[in-house]
Amino acid sequence: MAVTQVVRSEWTKIRSVASTVWTLSLVVVVTVALGMLISALSKNEFDSMNAQDRADFDPTFISFAGMSLGQLAMIVFGVLVVSNEYSTGMIRTSLAAVPQRGAFLFSKIAVASGLALLVGLVTSFAAFFLGQAMLGSHRAEIGDPGVLRAVLGGGLYMALIAMFSMGVAAMLRSPMLSLGILMPFFFLISNILGNVDATKKVGRFLPDQAGSKIMQVVTPIDDDTPYGPWGGLGIMGLWVLAALVGGYVLLKKRDA
Amino acid sequence: MSRSSVAGMIELEGLTKRYGEKVAVNNLSFTVRPGIVTGFLGPNGAGKSTTMRMILGLDHPTAGDVRIDGKHYEQLKDPLTYIGALLEAKAWHGGRTAYNHLLCLAQSNGIPSGRVRDVLETVGLTAVAKKKTKGFSMGMGQRLGIAAALLGDPRILMFDEPVNGLDPEGIHWIRTLMKSLAAQGRTVFVSSHLMSEMALTAEHLVVIGQGRLLADTSMADFIARNSRSYVRVRSPQRERLLDVLHQAGIVTVESGDGVLEVDGGKAERIGELAAQHRITLHELSPQQASLEEAFMQLTAESVEYHAHSETSPASPEPARQQWGDGWKRG
Repeated sequence: MAVTQVVRSEWTKIRSVASTVWTLSLVVVVTVALGMLISALSKNEFDSMNAQDRADFDPTFISFAGMSLGQLAMIVFGVLVVSNEYSTGMIRTSLAAVPQRGAFLFSKIAVASGLALLVGLVTSFAAFFLGQAMLGSHRAEIGDPGVLRAVLGGGLYMALIAMFSMGVAAMLRSPMLSLGILMPFFFLISNILGNVDATKKVGRFLPDQAGSKIMQVVTPIDDDTPYGPWGGLGIMGLWVLAALVGGYVLLKKRDA
Repeated sequence: MSRSSVAGMIELEGLTKRYGEKVAVNNLSFTVRPGIVTGFLGPNGAGKSTTMRMILGLDHPTAGDVRIDGKHYEQLKDPLTYIGALLEAKAWHGGRTAYNHLLCLAQSNGIPSGRVRDVLETVGLTAVAKKKTKGFSMGMGQRLGIAAALLGDPRILMFDEPVNGLDPEGIHWIRTLMKSLAAQGRTVFVSSHLMSEMALTAEHLVVIGQGRLLADTSMADFIARNSRSYVRVRSPQRERLLDVLHQAGIVTVESGDGVLEVDGGKAERIGELAAQHRITLHELSPQQASLEEAFMQLTAESVEYHAHSETSPASPEPARQQWGDGWKRG
């Protein structure tokens, strides 16, 4: 079984269903539009800020504010790519065609992740430039220290969120169950854990909290996060690895 | 088991699948050979689909082994070119077009994309090739599944209940297709819960009940061995006929309305005896119990066997009832 054959096949699968187009379009539109809105609001508030808030003002990070919502569409994309196989019964056809389950799963994840990375980078750059345009005189430039790293990191973050969702969906199989766990987790629970003092130290090791450190350019003065931007992305990478290994082990073991 | 090098063999050896306490497939051993249609017969829930999923490597056997041309399924390079299968209906994404569904399967096995158009033509779906499959009727769905099975031009074809839900025209089409595939020298392995369906298509028969092998035989042998044949005789001189037959050593059974039943195929002998003794006959007709009856008799026997072999003192009567029920519902 040549892996290139399986990758081509998975590319045909992914480009031939409508959910790919609408989930990824939503990623771009929601992230960029919300980022622009929050950037515009932040610009108007800047004048009423105190000295410390002005010192912590991170125009790059503000322009990525839309990702908190846009990532949910990325989660839907990742979940559907994998769980559609199960909810439609396609999995039996797929595994009869490609009985090497590792080749099947990782070709699928490679193709979907490549696409997610591409869309993530487009989203990230668009959100940055359009967000900065909204920020006017408070804007950051792409050449400023750490800014290009943050913008590229935004694209990587989106790809990793999609990959994590694929791993979880491979373990759970059901699209509703996967979304029912991932959506509230990333939209609510992670934020709550990360903002309540008692759970903050644990919360910042969650995949989204650790991973989003890469998009920060200005480190807040009272910040005591024990990892840097790449360290944070590395922690997120470990979560992704765990989810994918879990998904692979279960797929290998289970009856289709 | 012989590891013969003839292409197109499916060999099962002690194949067993347990789900917890329940045994779905119990120590199945048989070989499916090329050039004929082999029917895989059993009541609903007998383990036919589970067996077929194990052949395709989708379900892992609890014990035993199944090989395609001497290899395990996952050892086959581009498996769709060895064996094509129609599993239960609608094993695909309804949002994808028929063409794209077949294209992604073709690509995964290195099959040229021109072949997709060929098989769509073969099954008569060319006109709806660019339509999403969720709008397909049951019959179109079966045709798409068969197109996927034919895609790799495989030596072995496996169909799980292919006539389910089809209209008479579709049923006729599938029967003809299966016979022509076998006539081309391919191995055709088809499951059904309908004996009448098998009688029309299969030359060889594998019968299972409760996951157990009940028969592995040619269709002709199966009929001869399992169906009771007898001769119906009616005569206005019934008492004289009974005497004559009795003197000739022929055992008769009276079945009411003055009809005599004589076991075995002895119509000629009875006719000759009647003529010799100038006895008028109103009826002399060889009868065959239907294949349906033969099949039910066979599976009922397996139930009795199970009931006796179990340690619990369960009465065989309710078990037989359950079997009949499952059978009728199917």
